[in-house]
Amino acid sequence: MEVEAYEGESIAAALYAIGINVFTRSIKLNRPRGAFCMIGKCSSCFMKIDGIPNSRTCIEPVREGIKVEVQEGLADIPLQDSQFEAEDEEVLEDVDVLVVGGGPAGLAATLAMAKYGLNIVLVNEHFKLGGQLVKQTHKFFGSKELFGGLRGFQIGEHFAKKVREYSNVRILLQTTAYGIFRGGWVGLMSKKKLYRVKPRYIIAATGASERYLTFPGNDLPGVMGAGGAQTLMNEYGILPGDEILVVGSGNVGVIVSYQLLQAGAKVKAIVEIMPYYGAWFVHAAKIRRYGVPILTRHTIKAAWGNEKVEGATIVEVDEKFQPIPGSEKDISCDLVLLAIGLEPDTRLFAQAGAIMRWIPELGGLVPLRTPYLETSVPGMYIAGDASGIEEATTAMIEGEIAGLDIVVREKNVREALERRDKLYNFLWNEYRTAPVVARAREGKLKATVSIEEMEKLRKNYPSPVFNPRVSPEQLV
Amino acid sequence: MASHVPEFKKTGIIGVNELRNMGLIPPDDRLRRGPVVIVECPEEIPCNICVDACPFGAITMENINAVPKIDWDKCIGCGVCVPKCPGLALFVVDLSKPDKAYVTVPHEFIPVPKKGDEVILLNRVGERVGKGRVVKAWEFNKTWSITIEVPKELAMEVRAIWVEK
Repeated sequence: MEVEAYEGESIAAALYAIGINVFTRSIKLNRPRGAFCMIGKCSSCFMKIDGIPNSRTCIEPVREGIKVEVQEGLADIPLQDSQFEAEDEEVLEDVDVLVVGGGPAGLAATLAMAKYGLNIVLVNEHFKLGGQLVKQTHKFFGSKELFGGLRGFQIGEHFAKKVREYSNVRILLQTTAYGIFRGGWVGLMSKKKLYRVKPRYIIAATGASERYLTFPGNDLPGVMGAGGAQTLMNEYGILPGDEILVVGSGNVGVIVSYQLLQAGAKVKAIVEIMPYYGAWFVHAAKIRRYGVPILTRHTIKAAWGNEKVEGATIVEVDEKFQPIPGSEKDISCDLVLLAIGLEPDTRLFAQAGAIMRWIPELGGLVPLRTPYLETSVPGMYIAGDASGIEEATTAMIEGEIAGLDIVVREKNVREALERRDKLYNFLWNEYRTAPVVARAREGKLKATVSIEEMEKLRKNYPSPVFNPRVSPEQLV
Repeated sequence: MASHVPEFKKTGIIGVNELRNMGLIPPDDRLRRGPVVIVECPEEIPCNICVDACPFGAITMENINAVPKIDWDKCIGCGVCVPKCPGLALFVVDLSKPDKAYVTVPHEFIPVPKKGDEVILLNRVGERVGKGRVVKAWEFNKTWSITIEVPKELAMEVRAIWVEK
């Protein structure tokens, strides 16, 4: 059928807007699959777009005449290699820094370096810059200098406009850094073109993805990441559901609940397994004033419905977080939002052989890094949620620190050094000392090693990027 | 950890007594004198927007994480801070009139009421505690500051409004 959509909309959003919430079917059991993350991190919205299977409809913009098909079973390999022509390959020359990810950290890093004349390539998987700032309609905290008081999307717009002012920044949208190769080569891939680049530095600010939770019915369309719902309503103006159960009471769950109320939905309840909610008080107070209950010591037991969520069963838990039999309650709802935390997207670092550590406080596996955010892969920096889950304000600070550190190393600019150290001091000795961020601070401390310690680690566990042949004797 | 968690971290609501104990409620004579800010921000979070927002320097903080400290004599209850607070945690209460009280709340919902409209009054748990008339409405970066006339006994209870669509 023919479908109308707005320019600048993603295919997934355009389909959702006209009531299509099943995007694909599971390969083995043919179960319906709805959208989950809406930001190009999961595989729930895979469809065949203009003949190309396994395309993420959530990060593909609508175009006149585009053909979108449901995939049946495992996709066929595309027969004709019509995607790429020989001339659709390019070697990017003289690149000082490759920035992977155009969210708050990547944009702040790019801006910090651009004014000192470094040649930068900024790649972004989404067709819009800004990362998750684009859907943050609430006002940010922090101080005036850190854009506090502005709404997230306004900060995103500000950054995106600024980076476009620099001729030494080349922006590649809808482009993925798919791998790091021997000698520091990086492969980039867009729908139309392949790029090879050997940058002198990399800052990977690849963000995070939403955590999943195991319960019967968790794969029904209508079980969505809280951020996915935020994308639909705040970025595209599409109400993701009418009656909603939110699982998890951290800032994300509570802020999204407030925004759902603003969009005209009814938030039935927020369930929280802990004996207290996780959000900052002011965010929780905002939704309590409009009558949304936060049910502590409760969790979801099951979601149910035919082809889509029609309700959920919640249950009270005891001190050991075990369900209390007989305490089950059924809640009628058409959307269950999971807001149970995020997981850093560190695949590029793992693939590059960076020394990684599992740090629960940061949401999972992250690379070790120096105070100025260089990992054990020489010249490869990390910033933002990829370095451990915090929020956009710290992501901007980390991005700027990483960018400035490269400026200091390359250009030896005093002003950049002073700014870097000022930000570093503010981040660790002021911002992160708030009790509400103590857990994240603890995690970031665990992930940070001194430059001397990093040198030792590099000797013992050299990165395969620059040490292709490691003799067994080297591995002490 | 749970035993050290203050009550407001379990419920999402803060009582007037808890606020008073933290020094966030003005003394009675100040409340009687005219409009004054009520800062319902009892938790140390990294934010100091209100410090810059106040044109009279009435709000100060030792550092970015501190709970705001208010100089009740400098605050004139102008309410400039109300729509600027990212946490929507600032209110203005005016108990200086004999029959009625006035409460200023932030409002980020549509429809936005106009001066003269009657709106539903909500307390901190979302209960509808009465109706009140809007006496002033203005906007800063999409957050509205709405001042409503309320019965005097509700001045410390009303913290949001609801407008039926």
